[in-house]
Amino acid sequence: MISVDIQATKAHAEGLFRRKRLFAFGLPALILVYFTYIFFAFDVPGLVQRANMDNARALTSDVWSHKVHITRNNRNGEIAYAVEGERKGAYPEGERPAWVSGTDVIMVDLGGDTIVRFLPDNRTELDIPGFGLIEAQAEGRTVTTNLPADLPDWINASDRRVAITTPAGRITLTGSRTEVFNYFAGWELFWFTLDSSYHGVGIGQILFGAQIDPDRGNISGAAADFWHNKMWRHKDVAWAIGETILMAFLGTMGAAIIALPLAFMAAKRFTPILLLRAATRRLFDFVRGVDALIWTVVLARAFGPGPLTGALAILVTDTGTFGKTFSEALENVDDKQIEGVTSTGARPLQRYRFGVIPQVVPVLLAQVLYFLESNTRSATIIGAITGGGIGLMLTQAIQTQKDWEEVAYYIILIIIMVMLMDWLSGWLRGKLIGTKDG
Amino acid sequence: MTATDTAGAPNVGDIRESYLAQVGRRRLYSGLALLIFVILMVSGFNVADERNAGGFWEGLHQIGDYPGEVLAEAWEKRADLPGLIAKFFPALVETINIAAMSTIIGAIGGLILSLLGTRGLAKWPRLIPLFRRFSDILRAIPEIVIALVLIFVLGGGPVPAMIAIALHTAGALAKMFSEVAENADLKPVEGLASTGATWTQRMLLGVLPQVAPNYVSYTLLRFEINIRASAILGFVGAGGLGYELRNAMAWGPGRFDEAAAIFVLLFGTIVFFDQVSSRYRNRLTEGQAQ
Repeated sequence: MISVDIQATKAHAEGLFRRKRLFAFGLPALILVYFTYIFFAFDVPGLVQRANMDNARALTSDVWSHKVHITRNNRNGEIAYAVEGERKGAYPEGERPAWVSGTDVIMVDLGGDTIVRFLPDNRTELDIPGFGLIEAQAEGRTVTTNLPADLPDWINASDRRVAITTPAGRITLTGSRTEVFNYFAGWELFWFTLDSSYHGVGIGQILFGAQIDPDRGNISGAAADFWHNKMWRHKDVAWAIGETILMAFLGTMGAAIIALPLAFMAAKRFTPILLLRAATRRLFDFVRGVDALIWTVVLARAFGPGPLTGALAILVTDTGTFGKTFSEALENVDDKQIEGVTSTGARPLQRYRFGVIPQVVPVLLAQVLYFLESNTRSATIIGAITGGGIGLMLTQAIQTQKDWEEVAYYIILIIIMVMLMDWLSGWLRGKLIGTKDG
Repeated sequence: MTATDTAGAPNVGDIRESYLAQVGRRRLYSGLALLIFVILMVSGFNVADERNAGGFWEGLHQIGDYPGEVLAEAWEKRADLPGLIAKFFPALVETINIAAMSTIIGAIGGLILSLLGTRGLAKWPRLIPLFRRFSDILRAIPEIVIALVLIFVLGGGPVPAMIAIALHTAGALAKMFSEVAENADLKPVEGLASTGATWTQRMLLGVLPQVAPNYVSYTLLRFEINIRASAILGFVGAGGLGYELRNAMAWGPGRFDEAAAIFVLLFGTIVFFDQVSSRYRNRLTEGQAQ
């Protein structure tokens, strides 16, 4: 008898082990097969070829450095100095970087003994250590140089265009203009643009030093110049972040306000009419299922791009989500409190107010506050689609494909913004309903 | 309530008075909070309305116009609809694949991050804050940010979207996973440690079996969210259904039947996976309660 039992148990246990073993090896094998399928479905080998490593290099170097362009227009001989080659980063009339000298012959010292000389008659001389002197002459549409036929790979030359990349900087020569790019670490002009009188002045001097601009006080003048910095657009960025948070706030709170009464209609306990209940629930499922993307598209047609459209898209989608969770919370309220309130002679509305609401408020608040944080992220994404807030500024900066330092700046701001909202919603939750564990 | 009356028994009138004062103060605070909230909502709405291209009240009656046009055109060409749905089905598969892949990769990443960032389980307890901050940062970056940068480097297609969603998923799941792992029983881990098991073995055999139902449930929830995210990322050039939707919309009238077909596919997919995953999640959590 006993031996049979043992046999049966053993067989059973072996079966169990076999199943476990199958599962333990089968699941990873299945995932592996899926990975292989995806590897080809997503065309990863092709992607490796298509990936543009030059873009990656330009991106990473541009994130932490900036360059100053010195451009000679070979048509009229004028020389322009500008940070990133942008007009808003141009040096004011009569000023130029300290590493540029000379009047007839303009000498650009790129550092590391690399020197570029702009000579009269559109001639250019480049003194590159270890390579020797390169002479170039721009005439009409062509560039003639003394370069040998056999060139190192950091020089790219044709009779129309010569590009030279040295560790110290980059030089391009064409018939119409000669450009020198000098690279520096850091985000130049982050505080003040070159036309501001506060550029290059230390913080101590602004706060405590003598008045710099005779028309304005130091602190207010510096604040105004910083705020209206044309290169980094601090004012627009601040507004954009405000818009994004506003979208999240309006959308979340609006959704909660609309979803609460609807949730009563979807809860079995408060709405005995099956048809009404089912209709409300299907409505929740519908707005949730349509998804924020489609709502954004549809609403942007009616209201145009902007923060309001984003807020409404969040509002509509979250009404569905809130409605579902709120009605579940309402289903689970304790009857005893409602009975207690009823026994004091409370009318239905008072019963809801004093018997039901206090029970569900912690659940609802926790949900709403959690969504406030997650919707800040959604608002960034929706902003990129519908055109509002920091999401839009980010996509615009990425689309220019050269302002990567601004992209990095926006990304850092977005991360800080989301983390702050996360902290704020956690803090509010703690204040309003006590900590989760307490 | 907070009677500071030390001389003898507190007087009933005093208690009543102080209680009413408290109620009054509470009402005042609640009223003030409500007032601030209403002011924030109204002024926020006005600011948003002002900065929007079209106004709220002018746009309100136009909400139905676009869906109406799309539906009318789709109804006119309803015979083509099954064909169009078949045409866009590969794009749908791509969207689902992006979501599934990023969920799997994100879950694996989140699992590792959560175990390394949970007190009592971490391999290097000193580095717990580092791993926690790291997953906080991953969680805070919206998918679109990484996707757009990667599209610049890697070119359009599903891979940038997959990586972007996977990174965010890893951060989000790491937080939820480590909340579960914190409550895990440490006795099996100690037992395994006494047999000389390595850290990986302790985690795989001691912790994972305890937390697996919750982890699977959270991962499924994330999969639902990721389907939506991958559709949205398609809209900015990452392939899949969102990309087709943007193309169809850019054509405007005449191609509304395509837009309608994509709407139907997307809606159906989201509802389908919502239902399946919520049913399965319910089963998982119920099985645990028993």
